[in-house]
Amino acid sequence: MDKNKVMSMNRRIGRRLNSISLPSEILINIVLALFCLMCIIPFIFVIIISFTSSESIRQIGFSFTPVQWSMDAYNFILKLGDQLWRSYYNSILITVIGTVISVLITILYAYALFRKDFKLRGFFMFFCFFTMLFGGGLAPTYYVCKLMLGLSDNYAALVVPMLLNPFNVIIMRTFFQTSVPTELIEASAIDGGGEYYTFFKIIVPISKPGIATIALLNSIAYWNEWFIPLLYVRDAKFFPLQYLLYRMQSQADFLAKNASMIGPEASKMIANLPEHSLRMALVVLVVLPIACAYPFFQRYIISGLTIGSVKG
Amino acid sequence: MSKSLATLKSPSRGFAKRKKTLLLITMVLPGAIWLFLLRYVPLFGILIAFKDYKIFSKAPNLWNNIIHSEWVGFDNFKFLFTSTDSLKMIKNTLGYNALWIALGLVISVSFAIMLSQLTKKFIAKTYQTLMFFPYFLSWIVASYFLLAFLDKTRGMIPNLQQDLGMQVTDWYNTPGPWPIILTLANLWKYVGYSSILYLAAITGIDSSQYEAASIDGASKWQQIRYITLPNLKPMIIILFIMNVSKIFNSDFGLFFTLPMNSGPLIPVTQTIDTYVYRVLMTNAGNPGMSTAASLFQNLVGFLCLMGANSIVRKVDEDSSLF
Repeated sequence: MDKNKVMSMNRRIGRRLNSISLPSEILINIVLALFCLMCIIPFIFVIIISFTSSESIRQIGFSFTPVQWSMDAYNFILKLGDQLWRSYYNSILITVIGTVISVLITILYAYALFRKDFKLRGFFMFFCFFTMLFGGGLAPTYYVCKLMLGLSDNYAALVVPMLLNPFNVIIMRTFFQTSVPTELIEASAIDGGGEYYTFFKIIVPISKPGIATIALLNSIAYWNEWFIPLLYVRDAKFFPLQYLLYRMQSQADFLAKNASMIGPEASKMIANLPEHSLRMALVVLVVLPIACAYPFFQRYIISGLTIGSVKG
Repeated sequence: MSKSLATLKSPSRGFAKRKKTLLLITMVLPGAIWLFLLRYVPLFGILIAFKDYKIFSKAPNLWNNIIHSEWVGFDNFKFLFTSTDSLKMIKNTLGYNALWIALGLVISVSFAIMLSQLTKKFIAKTYQTLMFFPYFLSWIVASYFLLAFLDKTRGMIPNLQQDLGMQVTDWYNTPGPWPIILTLANLWKYVGYSSILYLAAITGIDSSQYEAASIDGASKWQQIRYITLPNLKPMIIILFIMNVSKIFNSDFGLFFTLPMNSGPLIPVTQTIDTYVYRVLMTNAGNPGMSTAASLFQNLVGFLCLMGANSIVRKVDEDSSLF
């Protein structure tokens, strides 16, 4: 009885057969919309704070509806000293170099594992995936990197520790398995193409979506990295942006005390430094590149992650 | 056919084969060298856990230091099971992980099912985009987000409390609410990500199963119970095994940056990872102890993985990881 009623109602408002009833769809929408709001609101809040005047913060604190708006924070950023730009440069440099090298290493490794006619395939597969199961842990890795490999206060220290992620090797290998026909490799071998020729001229062009996924995952990882600098970097010359944010947070007066951070022009105005909105403005500048590129790269990441986890 | 052609072309089959293997080895080599130096060499560093690590003054480098330090057996491990601090940090690590594995599983599977039921695909895509966003932010950024809400003098919540005439909470010095805050933060960052993974698995289910069920008069709940969940089972189990293997590890960034390194919060925010880091960086303990904690963590994690996997294999062989 009841069911017939619901079905006839569904038909009247043009709902497909076997779709949920309207009330439950509204309920689902409310739940999901609330969670989505929770995901995005903190970022919006921080953007609002970055545009709030110091006076407003003094009066009513951080608020979604400040009494006075202002561009002070962003004007100050333009006048800030070398440190911020240096860190921006470092972040971009590390992200670009790290992504290029790590993608190369990952796809080469994954390609060899994908080749069923590779004699040592089993060995290198185990060699890679065992590290996902068992490792030395933070302390021994730290000592080896710092004391043996000399990864301390240099760019290598920021790039090398994250070069290979076995999970990405799995994603890439699965991608090859699903999209590269073995006949293609055989055909290329018959045509006299060397292994590297086959790889770069034939395999890489048809694997672009998979490579894009790996590249995106790696570049986000490098852009967001702050733990590696926390371990291996003391010299402010090598601070990437995320680590600069960490220092500003753990050392409340980092902005005011740090001469290279403030710069000569801004230090004259130190008395009216819009400290709180300035910090939030820096957060906005760190997140902005990701937030802008995100709608475009999301698709690749989703396809890559589902390949890696469903079939891995 | 193709094989015979290849044989014809190459002067010597053995030579060509060896050349191919060699070339493929050069392809794995960069990765293999990296793995060796950064993943396998540190395995030998585990020795530090059984030694009284001292810097060897004559020629101080890692190997000499390790080799010339005295063996102390399991002394470095004793504190893990005797001091109240370490018991607390083990309890924290296990407790948060167990809670988050369970909550994360239930919430992400429900969200994935909800997303799959929406009739307007455009709205479903929008939800996905929004809830996936936090996954791409670092915990440092998240800690600023949290600060905007909880900062003692300027934060939104203390201000709200003041406006309502309530007593203002000094959030960064009150341990009580932090288990809830950390849990919310964890869900905030990862639920979108795992929902999307599960949703991908749901979209892969053959739709004729649902059509047949609905013609037979199965309700939505019955369809979820008898079609969706059984189809998701392999993935749920694999992710579960992987999570269980990490049950002694913790998300360092979450526990380290969100509480802003605040002393009073340490009883509820210290995990094995933050402990190892603090020992490593502040020299409060000794390298032996932090290595011992690392080793304990890895060993137990490894055993948990093997255990979970063998249990799954006994119950349902197809679903096990290996």
